[in-house]
Amino acid sequence: MANTRQITERTMHTLFFVVASASIVMLFMIMIFLFMEGIPIFNEVSVKAFIFGKYWYPTSEPPDFGILSLIVASLSVTLLSALISIPLGILTAIYIAEIASKRVSEIIKPMVELLSALPSVVIGFFGMVLVAPFLQNVFNIPTGLNLFNASLMLAFMSIPTICSLSEDAIHSVPNSLREASLALGATHLETILKVVVPASLSGISTAVILGMSRAIGETMVVLMVAGGAAFIPESIFDPVRPMPASIASEMAEAPFRGAHYHALFATGIVLFIFTFLFNIVADHIAYKYKQVGEATL
Amino acid sequence: MDKSVKIEVKHLNFYYGEFQALQDNSLDFHTNEVSALIGPSGCGKSTFLRCLNRMNDLIPISRVEGNILLDGLDIYDPSVDVVMLRSRIGMVFQKPNPFPKTIFENVAYGLRVNGIKDKGLIENRVEESLKLAAIWDEVKDRMHKSALGLSGGQQQRLCIARALAVEPEILLMDEPCSALDPIATQKIEELIYQLKKSFTIIIVTHNMQQAARVSDITAFFYLGELIETGETNTIFTRPKLKQTEDYITGRFG
Amino acid sequence: MSKSVSSMQSRRNFLQKIVFNVFRLAALINGLALFIIIYFMIANGWKAINWTFLTQPPMDSMTKGGILPCIVGTLCLSIGAMLIALPIGVASAIYLNEYARPGPLIRVIRIGINNLAGIPSIVFGLFGLAFFVVWLEMGVSIIAGALTLGAMTVPVMIGSTEEALRAVPDTYREASLGLGATKWQTIYRVVLPTALPGILTGTILGISRAAGETAPIMFTAAVFFTPSLPVSIFDEVMALPYHIYVLATAGTEIEATRHLQYGTALVLIFLVLGMNLIAIIYRSRLRKRMQ
Repeated sequence: MANTRQITERTMHTLFFVVASASIVMLFMIMIFLFMEGIPIFNEVSVKAFIFGKYWYPTSEPPDFGILSLIVASLSVTLLSALISIPLGILTAIYIAEIASKRVSEIIKPMVELLSALPSVVIGFFGMVLVAPFLQNVFNIPTGLNLFNASLMLAFMSIPTICSLSEDAIHSVPNSLREASLALGATHLETILKVVVPASLSGISTAVILGMSRAIGETMVVLMVAGGAAFIPESIFDPVRPMPASIASEMAEAPFRGAHYHALFATGIVLFIFTFLFNIVADHIAYKYKQVGEATL
Repeated sequence: MDKSVKIEVKHLNFYYGEFQALQDNSLDFHTNEVSALIGPSGCGKSTFLRCLNRMNDLIPISRVEGNILLDGLDIYDPSVDVVMLRSRIGMVFQKPNPFPKTIFENVAYGLRVNGIKDKGLIENRVEESLKLAAIWDEVKDRMHKSALGLSGGQQQRLCIARALAVEPEILLMDEPCSALDPIATQKIEELIYQLKKSFTIIIVTHNMQQAARVSDITAFFYLGELIETGETNTIFTRPKLKQTEDYITGRFG
Repeated sequence: MSKSVSSMQSRRNFLQKIVFNVFRLAALINGLALFIIIYFMIANGWKAINWTFLTQPPMDSMTKGGILPCIVGTLCLSIGAMLIALPIGVASAIYLNEYARPGPLIRVIRIGINNLAGIPSIVFGLFGLAFFVVWLEMGVSIIAGALTLGAMTVPVMIGSTEEALRAVPDTYREASLGLGATKWQTIYRVVLPTALPGILTGTILGISRAAGETAPIMFTAAVFFTPSLPVSIFDEVMALPYHIYVLATAGTEIEATRHLQYGTALVLIFLVLGMNLIAIIYRSRLRKRMQ
């Protein structure tokens, strides 16, 4: 009897371990297949020419495979969206966690969650049919489908990530720290700015990085509202073509296992490396500053 | 009365990572006796108790040195099946912790996991255990209602019944009354007095009067060391060491 | 002296009031954004939604008719994805939360999961194309799309299951082990039943997340148009999010099909937000009961 129990126990333990390793296996498979389909492009162009090449004319004869303008586009929409999403996300998180009454925060929190649940295609569609004409009229520009519009839409996609992760971090600050500060005569605001936020800074940084990682990888929004021009932008109202948009729109026309197909996979590799770096940094910060405040034994 | 040694603890050291929580404790427990472990918070008495059924195995960074012999066999021997060991040693926790199941299922749980399928046997054993834990009359009409609807004192007696159902030889109690009111506490203490006829009981308590009331043997811990042990009467009236006296008379801790 | 202290005090309080209102405004902007998007979709979309729209396939090269194949396709894909992600996610979470001990191994697994969670959806699409569609020769099909979406949803399921497992009090585990139950018996009989509602909530959220994704299914499962409903898992399908994208960007009659686009978007929103609302309400009730 005890013996079968021990065998079951060991079997289950092993089984769960194998399944838990599936995520790593998947991660490796994703890398392997990206590289398998992406590397062949470097028979046609050098890595340097691919990454720093300014011209992306994959269907011309002869084709140009330089993705610098795509990389610049991805980085610029991400940075511009971060300028909007970081303050809004963090301020909202502080409001929910520290200022709002329980009833109010119980209304706002689900709203932020619902915002994150909106399918990206819906947000892209919204940017296309409502925001783009609006921008075009107000700023009197040739097209409303541009860098600014894409950044604005992306910001609202990364706010929920930034907000809810920051809120978790703020929540984990022990109450005794707040009480200590209040008891010393600090106002609520001073306590928030000088005690609570510094104590949760590592969590907030992680939140910001993951939010930006989400923005750089987001596809549908940039596909639908960024405008799609593969040039290095000179103004925030220029149309751009970030990496995910290029992959999504061109894959259907790229001849199977032709140079263009491989170039798109190679673009995927670059995108993957960007998000991978973001995540490693976020993970490192989260791990390094795991314990905040109160020592416990 | 049978005075045979049930558990023999020899030179027990226990570490949480770098921190040594127990230092060279040696102590015997006898059949049909109630032993009380007392001492200030953080003195290691709960850690000591949890070494006896290897509950500390659950703490990843912990390490044990020394021997604990149950009926002469080392419980930390690699060949020992921890699961079987724990079904021989019942445990009652600080806060009542019934499962979110019915009263009946709570008591039947230990039997089911130990592979008993006979319905009649399970029903009998559940009833016996609830009677033994002096809670049968209060719950017999609501056996299939959630155990979470009981009062704190009732929940704790249910947890005792749950532990008894597995027919353990030893009962470990980790401050079983700390979350209860005085009336519920009194009921548990009466129960302990009844139970010692059939079990070896080891109880950790914060409450000196409780130790004096229920135990035959008292062991005083301080900073991970076993300071003094002996007959409860002796310890409370004529302690050998000043430290023990100071604690018992309330001068520190 | 006391006067200057009190004037400083009132200045500090005044400052606090102003800053708190800035915080409040930030929160308000988020709510407003959600409200505007939903209002805009409902205002423009509700006229398009009627019985025909929900029960007919598209007609006249997608300028008329309904979206039934898209609804069916999206349901197949998202439920299929969950059939894959649920067991893997729950089992991984059980390992991480119940069995694993801290150490380098666990750290590596966690980094893997976090990175999997951070991979852009379009990269999952590329992977699905290269692996499921081409290498495993599944072709553009429900199964290839569901597997791709499933892989993407695994980290979400791990996260929500772990949260549910962590909410189970440790004393339950100790009580069970103390009674001589094995670890697996403890998990199976006490921990999982207690965590089940939380896992269920996570599953609903997972389905809704999979239902709204476009990029992973573009190359693996979804097609512009197919008049028939799928009969096997190796059929290609239409899907709501892809349909919106196609009508809004690639159609020949973009302006003429606006009402269909709004209608489809509204159906998708109802589907996704509906599931989310159910999960959120269910969860908040659950938390109250736990307290």
